[in-house]
Amino acid sequence: MKAVEVRELVKDYGNFRAINGISFEVNEGEIFGLIGPNGAGKTTALRVIATLLQITSGAVTVFGYELPKEAGEVRKIISYLPEEAGAYKNLTGKDYLNFIAKFFGEGEKFQNMVQRGLEIANLGERINDKVDTYSKGMTRRLLVGRALMVNPRLAILDEPTSGLDVINAQEVRRIINSSVEAGVAVLLSSHNMLEVELLCHRIALINDGIIVASGTVEELKKEYDAGNIEEAFVKAIK
Amino acid sequence: MIGNIIKKEFKELFVLSTLLPIVVIAIVFGLVGQTIGSVGERIEEKPVIGIVDMDGGDFSDTAMSVLTEKAEVIYDGSDAEEGLEEVREENGVALLVIPENFSQNIYANQPGEIEIYWIMRGAGMMDSISSGALEGLIQAVNQGISTKLIQEDSSFDPALVLAPTTRIDTTFFKEKEIEGLSPSALGNMLMSQSIVIPIVVMMLIIMAGSSVISSMGMEKENKTLETLLTLPVRRSHVVIGKMVGSALVGVIMAAIYMIGFSRYMTSFQFSDINLADFGLALGMPDYLLIGISLFTALLAGLSLCIVLGTFAKNYRSAQALVFPITALALISVFITMFKDFDTIPAVLKVLVFAIPFSHPMMAMRALMLDNYSLVIGGIAYTAVFTAIMIAVAVRIFNSDRLLTGSVQKRAGLGKLVWGLRR
Repeated sequence: MKAVEVRELVKDYGNFRAINGISFEVNEGEIFGLIGPNGAGKTTALRVIATLLQITSGAVTVFGYELPKEAGEVRKIISYLPEEAGAYKNLTGKDYLNFIAKFFGEGEKFQNMVQRGLEIANLGERINDKVDTYSKGMTRRLLVGRALMVNPRLAILDEPTSGLDVINAQEVRRIINSSVEAGVAVLLSSHNMLEVELLCHRIALINDGIIVASGTVEELKKEYDAGNIEEAFVKAIK
Repeated sequence: MIGNIIKKEFKELFVLSTLLPIVVIAIVFGLVGQTIGSVGERIEEKPVIGIVDMDGGDFSDTAMSVLTEKAEVIYDGSDAEEGLEEVREENGVALLVIPENFSQNIYANQPGEIEIYWIMRGAGMMDSISSGALEGLIQAVNQGISTKLIQEDSSFDPALVLAPTTRIDTTFFKEKEIEGLSPSALGNMLMSQSIVIPIVVMMLIIMAGSSVISSMGMEKENKTLETLLTLPVRRSHVVIGKMVGSALVGVIMAAIYMIGFSRYMTSFQFSDINLADFGLALGMPDYLLIGISLFTALLAGLSLCIVLGTFAKNYRSAQALVFPITALALISVFITMFKDFDTIPAVLKVLVFAIPFSHPMMAMRALMLDNYSLVIGGIAYTAVFTAIMIAVAVRIFNSDRLLTGSVQKRAGLGKLVWGLRR
């Protein structure tokens, strides 16, 4: 079964067409990247799949569940990490993980989730401090922990390493890879081409709401006779 | 440089979303003031009364001359029942009956009795203006009789000269006949008994409403809303969870406020009248109805707040959105304090009834006077209002508005019901 199937998806904001008939699929156990510049429609596409935005036209299914009709079922199996996400500032990091985990399980399942979240966030004793006192990098690590601790079938990650330094970004990429090894499908967006090459099994290049090319990194580099994916992207949108 | 900063601040703060509620509320207050009318004009109006003079003696003549000069007498006959009917029909204040032997008693150093049959139409502050004017007239009658007593003979008992008449008050208020109380005394008593609930309601609505609107503003400012909306929880549960959580915070804050306020109010308690003596005491079913009315009004207020909260872009804009709620609560308090629901013009009746917070404010007084239809009708209305507001809030939560400020069109009642299930 496909983790995500998007067919001719169109999304309008009033008179502005943010996505103009894109189609792609994400397989189970795969990291699929939506790559493009700011305003290309990456975040809109992720928000639609994460059940946050309505569909103007087209069809989206997540593990066979159709959106928006079965949005409730989709929310049970996904985890979404927005690019500019925050956590409740009056809670401690641990309380925040507890709060989220309660939506996904009870008893031992709940305890295991929180433990996994603590491990991924890796904030040491600071996990017991209020989120209000965290640096941007610490908050992001907490949020990555939150997103992956619930063992989603599909993780939707919008710029997962946004705001992180090199060491933390590398650690987050390692965590994403290990999640995929455990069977999670990942749909991520990024405009960091190096990250994409390191992380994604397949990618779609998106510009002005249209997918201009898709395939593996090697396929795209070969297709556009490019030394790296950044060069391939520039050639693809010309 | 400073001009540049002032210009930036002004541009940021002086926006349509902050201006519009204030303009709307200013218009509403203006309309309310215009509709209620001028207190000054009402005070200057002569009270409309009926008089039955069964004495025909010297002192009743004095009383009659004072009353006919300073009041608009619409009945001057000998049949008390007929006079009372006339006063009722002509929207008069009271029928004054001067019994036989009125003058004779005064000559015998006994105060003369005046029977006053009051027609009370409302228990608000402004409803007692006419009866207050008549109270002043009774003083003038006493003064006239005192002057006559002093002029005629200096051997009268000084106590009699100072207070030559006594009153026997009977007040007809809605379906009740209350003996021994004038409208002023009754109004004061009802006010002292029922003032606390409107203040509690107002504080609850403002405190809890402020919490729920701020909560929405903070979700957006702290960038937590997107995560919340992708969790496996129904939108209706998110809405109700926010409402109940805010209600609890509001109850705690209002309770703390009321501890101080009740101390303050006890210094104004002057009525030691027992309500049960006049058939105005409330029973357990009445208190239950007040509780239900208060609960439904709180839910209605919070559901309205959560809809307003969806318009908040951040914590600061959320604070501006609290203003309409505060203003609506204040309008309810002022109207119900100054006027009785039955005595306000039809336009205001619609406005007061439409504001859900008004109903618990009016409930206690209405129940004292056995007006169950107003209370039960109010509860039904606020329940329906709450259900509609929750449905609207859930629909907004299901739409793009929360994240983008615009709504993807999805018309139809079926879609609304479907949205509630999600």
